[in-house]
Amino acid sequence: MSITPASTSNSEAPATGTARVKRGMAEQLKGGVIMDVVTPEQAKVAEDAGAVAVMALERVPADIRKDGGVARMSDPDMIEGIINAVSIPVMAKSRIGHFVEAQVLQSLGVDYIDESEVLTPADEVNHSDKWSFTTPFVCGATNLGEALRRIAEGAAMIRSKGEAGTGNVVEAVRHLRQIKGEIARLRGLDNHELYAAAKEIRAPYELVAEVARTGKLPVVLFSAGGVATPADAALMRQLGAEGVFVGSGIFKSGDPAKRAAAIVKATTFYDDPKVIADASRNLGEAMVGINCDTLPESERYASRGW
Amino acid sequence: MTTSSTSSTSTSASAGPVVGVLALQGDVREHLAALTAAGATPRQVRRPEELAEVAGLVIPGGESTTMSKLAVVFGLLEPLRERVRAGMPVYGTCAGMIMLADKILDGRDDQETIGGIDMIVRRNAFGRQNESFEAQVEMRGVEGGPVEGVFIRAPWVESVGGGAEVLATFDGHTVAVRQGHVLATSFHPELTGDHRVHALFVDMVRSA
Repeated sequence: MSITPASTSNSEAPATGTARVKRGMAEQLKGGVIMDVVTPEQAKVAEDAGAVAVMALERVPADIRKDGGVARMSDPDMIEGIINAVSIPVMAKSRIGHFVEAQVLQSLGVDYIDESEVLTPADEVNHSDKWSFTTPFVCGATNLGEALRRIAEGAAMIRSKGEAGTGNVVEAVRHLRQIKGEIARLRGLDNHELYAAAKEIRAPYELVAEVARTGKLPVVLFSAGGVATPADAALMRQLGAEGVFVGSGIFKSGDPAKRAAAIVKATTFYDDPKVIADASRNLGEAMVGINCDTLPESERYASRGW
Repeated sequence: MTTSSTSSTSTSASAGPVVGVLALQGDVREHLAALTAAGATPRQVRRPEELAEVAGLVIPGGESTTMSKLAVVFGLLEPLRERVRAGMPVYGTCAGMIMLADKILDGRDDQETIGGIDMIVRRNAFGRQNESFEAQVEMRGVEGGPVEGVFIRAPWVESVGGGAEVLATFDGHTVAVRQGHVLATSFHPELTGDHRVHALFVDMVRSA
């Protein structure tokens, strides 16, 4: 080494929980599929299929819909069982605004916390202060203002909300198009107009100005809510999602292992119809699915969170 | 929809060597941008025919089990091994370091690597996400002071063989290694905006 550095800094105390480390974790998930799992066995199936991470929960959204009642954070034993079963990152869900559930998840060592509308909200005004955690958060959004409010609260990753547990991709498409469309519109505004735009979408000016300048969210954007087929996953990627969450779509289908692997392939080769066609062959039954326009307002998860 | 590296100001990219980024999964866009800034002409590589067109290759950060699986399924693993054996310069970050290790610990039983560096790498050695960290790291061959090391569920190098040279350590663990035309770091220079490590790699491609 020809230089004599001014520091002996290789032994300097490392900084954990920084924005760069939290957002950087999501960057590593890009191009990948994150799968909902309810048992260690399912987690292994997901890992075998090439999932970049799993979401550990007690019931997939389709069952939460069916069962009704209050949906809460999963049993720590169940989450730890999944953490111990796989080597890939493990995420888990807290209720919106339930920062104690989030504290518990952090103490269990989950790699990402999803402050999720799929669970019953614990606070109808406030989301959790995500800056105060070492563990990074992902949050759902239906539009740009909502995404930027979550980022202002410390979210290090955003996903479209979609309508979880329906097997119907229509709401995920709506939300992703909305977010991308609003970003494109910001790009066309001049500096004078950005203040009013920030007020209009109820988001901090600094974040609005950053998005207008860069043309993208300051954090990774995934799609979630209703992806059930390889083509669904590829559609979301072509619409601009950097990766996909698949909830009920895999383990509510006829052949989960095969479908999971197929969705992984289609997510990587999202722009190659031949690969998507091959991945789509003989997958067995997809989850049945629900038409979102028949869902009563009280059963629409996407309207939870604000 | 995946237009890349909009922040780059480079217009003279035609002069730089064509360097691929393995784009099966991971932080591909950040590497494309860093390579552009370091004077290379970057390309995404997902298919054997795309691999054949590049003079060097970056294997990004991401999930190594996913990358390994997709490389096998899409028939890229053997072509990758052949190119590395034949002397193509390669640089791997984090998961990419795992992919370039001749042997790994704490991987999946069926996890294949490309290999290229005579080293044993331990996956997720620095811990889970809560232990992920950033710190200053002195790296041999990179002048101008330490680089900002971003370590995310990062691996470390348990041991290296005779042909491999340790370029950096952190907390007593090896975190950067070079063996001839193959370079690997546990950390992610592509996330920092400091392009010196990429510049070092582009020099390796130029002189290969």
